[in-house]
Amino acid sequence: MQSENNTQYAIETKDLSIFYGNFEAVKDVNLKIERQKITAIIGPSGCGKSTLLRAFNRMNDFVVTSSVKGEILMHGTNLYSRDIDPVEVRRRIGMVFQKPNPFPKSIYENISWGARINGFKGNMDDLVEQSLRGAALWEEVKDKLQESAYALSGGQQQRLCIARTIAIQPEIILMDEPASALDPISTLRIEELMQELKKNYTILIVTHNMQQAARVSDYTAMMMLYGETRSGTVIEFDDTKKIFTNPKDKRTEDYVTGRFG
Amino acid sequence: MAKYTYPEEQDLQKFVAARYRKAWVWQIIFLASLLIAIISLSALLLNVIDGAFGYVAYDYKTDPATVSAKPLDELSQQELIALLQSKLSKGAYNKLNNETPMEKRSQADLLGLVYERIIQIDTQQTYSLSNSLLHKAEIEAEVREKYPEARLEFRNWLSSHFLTSPMSSKAEFAGVRTAALGSLWLVGIAIALALPVGVGAAIYLQEYSRKNFINRLIQTNINNLAGVPSIVYGMLGLAIFVRAWEAFTSGSIFGITDSNGRTIMSAGLTMGILVLPVVIINAQEAIKAVPDSIRQAAFGVGATKWQTVWSHVLPNALPGILTGSILAMSRAVGETAPLIIVGASTFISLDPNGPFSKFTALPIQIYQWTARAQPEFHNIAAAAIIALLALLLTLNTTAILLRNRFQRRF
Repeated sequence: MQSENNTQYAIETKDLSIFYGNFEAVKDVNLKIERQKITAIIGPSGCGKSTLLRAFNRMNDFVVTSSVKGEILMHGTNLYSRDIDPVEVRRRIGMVFQKPNPFPKSIYENISWGARINGFKGNMDDLVEQSLRGAALWEEVKDKLQESAYALSGGQQQRLCIARTIAIQPEIILMDEPASALDPISTLRIEELMQELKKNYTILIVTHNMQQAARVSDYTAMMMLYGETRSGTVIEFDDTKKIFTNPKDKRTEDYVTGRFG
Repeated sequence: MAKYTYPEEQDLQKFVAARYRKAWVWQIIFLASLLIAIISLSALLLNVIDGAFGYVAYDYKTDPATVSAKPLDELSQQELIALLQSKLSKGAYNKLNNETPMEKRSQADLLGLVYERIIQIDTQQTYSLSNSLLHKAEIEAEVREKYPEARLEFRNWLSSHFLTSPMSSKAEFAGVRTAALGSLWLVGIAIALALPVGVGAAIYLQEYSRKNFINRLIQTNINNLAGVPSIVYGMLGLAIFVRAWEAFTSGSIFGITDSNGRTIMSAGLTMGILVLPVVIINAQEAIKAVPDSIRQAAFGVGATKWQTVWSHVLPNALPGILTGSILAMSRAVGETAPLIIVGASTFISLDPNGPFSKFTALPIQIYQWTARAQPEFHNIAAAAIIALLALLLTLNTTAILLRNRFQRRF
């Protein structure tokens, strides 16, 4: 992976198919994700949104039966080519999970651990403060950095997870329904935070909440089960505005207007 | 849609009452099971305590007054040695002198020897604690009638002398020090083998191995090994550690020449193999209980598998792993059968001085003493059981304290 790169795309997929055993869960996805934009992936349950998202940082590797066909290109390199180490991929493409999952350690260690194992050399205190500020959490936790991360509220924990992710300075942040376990106010804070993060990072978010997709994202990919194999695929990918006001595909229109079964 | 029938209004009350009755019956059954458990455990404990204290009727074979001109407890160390030298046969004296040179023994020790070897206590009858407390008058009358010469004394068989003395052929002078030290050595070696190997195997099985046929086979075997009778492990220990590895277990490759393979090392390794499945299974359960979300979080920030296991899985599984090692220790302290096969000494009065010495262990000692005909040995067996329980409790408490220390604050 060379860092020089001139295209406007942070990452793209080419004819990407993801299999669990023989079952083709995601089929023929072609996406070009623009850098420093928020791209939302929406669609009904079980259509492969999370599977697709997890393919970007090779989290699917932990599912023994999973396999991938096609390519995911970052700076022109296929993330699934043989000489790419998934550990390195995950350092450059961070992830925020559906349920807040801080480490059962102190707030400070939650952020410093990832940095340390990735060979961070520098002032750790500064990094922790910067990351927490970046995740709009600093003011709330600055006096209790040595306390357990589990003492925080759900929304704070999720922001801590975001801080943990930006501490290792990835290029892309994947978010798998980051607000689905949170109350509306915490959700709002996460959404505001995403607009801040967009200045430095490319964000890919999976969400069930169509209003959320409409509010936060610049681009939206609509996924749906398709064909005889019932594989998930992207049926429409466009400007969020267009998807929500003037979709080309009838199924997208039905889904975003709530007419979908 | 079919019409479902539920109890009518008037039957509902009865129906609910019937359900409560059923629940109540089950509750009683569970309470009864608990009571049975408590009663049997307390009966066990009471039975042991009953034997460890009580009246003893004994007399001296030689009158203490006739042994020496001065009262015995006023004799100096030199005078006691001279007394022993004059009254004991040369062979017996030399044997004692070889165990510990007379000059190095304290006055109390020498006095004990005089009582044990020269005066010689003849225990006529021992009484249980319950009898001693409830039928004191009858006991006194019986002793006066049957053994007019005898002295009657209330004895605590579990004395400090008992805990700190080595084995002796006389119950009154016997102690558990040798056996207790042997047990500690055994547990130490067993845990030193089983904990690292067991945890390592558990990590591999749980975090690294793929779920294929061979690994499932291994898993099933480990589960079954936990239930194999301990005597089988004893056979294994005899064949491998005592015989095949004799050069190592006897210590001859380290320059120790005075023993064969029947050493603490053989027994400790056998115990280690015996408790290995317990450690593996418990460590696996503990590792399994670490939530996957923590692993994912670690992988998500670019950790390797080993970093994830070392920094997150192991610290979170540690309390469970230590619980497993508590169970393993308890088992290692209590096992008797494999020790008999591996060759624990039945009579040994020398403390183990290293992993390559001959040994005995508390359960062996208890087994030996209960098999003796003289009633006083049954009393010291009861006292030894209490000592064994106390040792077990101490070991477990240490492990629990360790666990609480390691337990994450979060």
